[in-house]
Amino acid sequence: MSERQGIAVIDYKAGNATSVLKALRALGQSAEITADPARITAAGKLVLPGVGHFQATGRLEASGIAAAIRESIARGAPFLGICVGMQWLFEGSAEAEGWPGLGAFPGRCEHFPSAVKAPHVGWNQVRVAPQSRLMRGVESGSYFYYSHSFRGPVAPQTVAVTDYGGEFSAAVERGNVMGVQFHPEKSGPAGLRVLQNFVELAC
Amino acid sequence: MLTKRIIACLDVKGGRAVKGVQFVDLVDAGDPAELAWRHANAGADEIVLLDIAATHEERGTLIETVRRTAKELFIPFTVGGGIRSAGDAAAVFDAGADKISVNSAAVAEPALIDEIGRSFGAQAVIVAIDARRSTAGRDPVGEAEVFVRGGRVRAGRRVLDWAREAESRGAGEILLTSMDADGTRAGFDCELTARVSEAVQIPVIASGGAGSAEHFIQVFQAGKAHAALAAGIFHFGVADARALKMELERSGVSVRLPC
Repeated sequence: MSERQGIAVIDYKAGNATSVLKALRALGQSAEITADPARITAAGKLVLPGVGHFQATGRLEASGIAAAIRESIARGAPFLGICVGMQWLFEGSAEAEGWPGLGAFPGRCEHFPSAVKAPHVGWNQVRVAPQSRLMRGVESGSYFYYSHSFRGPVAPQTVAVTDYGGEFSAAVERGNVMGVQFHPEKSGPAGLRVLQNFVELAC
Repeated sequence: MLTKRIIACLDVKGGRAVKGVQFVDLVDAGDPAELAWRHANAGADEIVLLDIAATHEERGTLIETVRRTAKELFIPFTVGGGIRSAGDAAAVFDAGADKISVNSAAVAEPALIDEIGRSFGAQAVIVAIDARRSTAGRDPVGEAEVFVRGGRVRAGRRVLDWAREAESRGAGEILLTSMDADGTRAGFDCELTARVSEAVQIPVIASGGAGSAEHFIQVFQAGKAHAALAAGIFHFGVADARALKMELERSGVSVRLPC
């Protein structure tokens, strides 16, 4: 287990994995973009980026990537889902009925209520739970960059919330499985802090 | 609270940033990568890089500029100008852009919006609209017209209709430039911006006419804009995005501060 190194940024053709890779490398990490289940299980940590449609996560099951992710998570490898990559950690999404999520967190992702404009695009604030490892050093009131129309519910494992048409999960954390709805790779110094917290977790 | 965004815009030509105060009299204002980084550190919420020459010959230069600019930029980064196909868009995304903006090519071939959106996500497609108020109609704002090719050619479409179509085809945001206000420094066309913003669900970025912090307050309040493009303003009077945002905050506009 200790010889497993590096970060696999999982490519499933759902948006730009390059920007996540760039941010991890800027933090001095050895990281690669891959869709190869063998490379994924060989990595010390996993990042599942994603922008776009929830249905794209269907490729995870079809390609054997989901099985590789489950294996790594069971072994204890830190996992970070970003945006749609985080939504996939819930049980599913109203965006793509019939495409199950990983089910690491309870509840389903829903569209924003019609009272607010969607998509939710731009910088919004978080309220952070003090015990969070992922959000360590991030003060409540800090801003992160969002771009999404669906959002995960507040769960017992939610460690940060954002309010837009009601509160939703900005970050979730259960053991080695974590997710953020915002884009840490696009959120300036606050976002890099979250990625730094993630890369510092023991494999 | 979701904040209003200040987007720093860099016009580039031949790999250099230029001050687009007067289109024909371009002044070399430096290295785009360095300027983008400085704007990000000075509090800009996003960076837009606009290739104003956008010639086929200079495409390679642009891609290299995008690559260098994206390298150390950790806020959203949009590239526009001369994107005529999904292949052009792919090259720019590959080089590190988060979003692209399309203008004339989308008017000529609206399916381009759907196509790029399917490949890279709707949030990654900004449809830029160059608008001019109608001079003939009874409702100059409601009947405002779309112009293409750098504002030189009438497209034969109404701005409100085109904005709605762009949204229905999956555009993530609208970048609305008022040709009437552009270059005047007399303020944004708030009335037009508000009409477009009310017509669509997606965010509207206002552009054209900024000359003071007060103009930004107006376009965020009366103009109902979600974001505003700042180009020339940082060259005359307002020091940087942070200074601008502090003025906005004092007037009750929600902005990302500290930044």
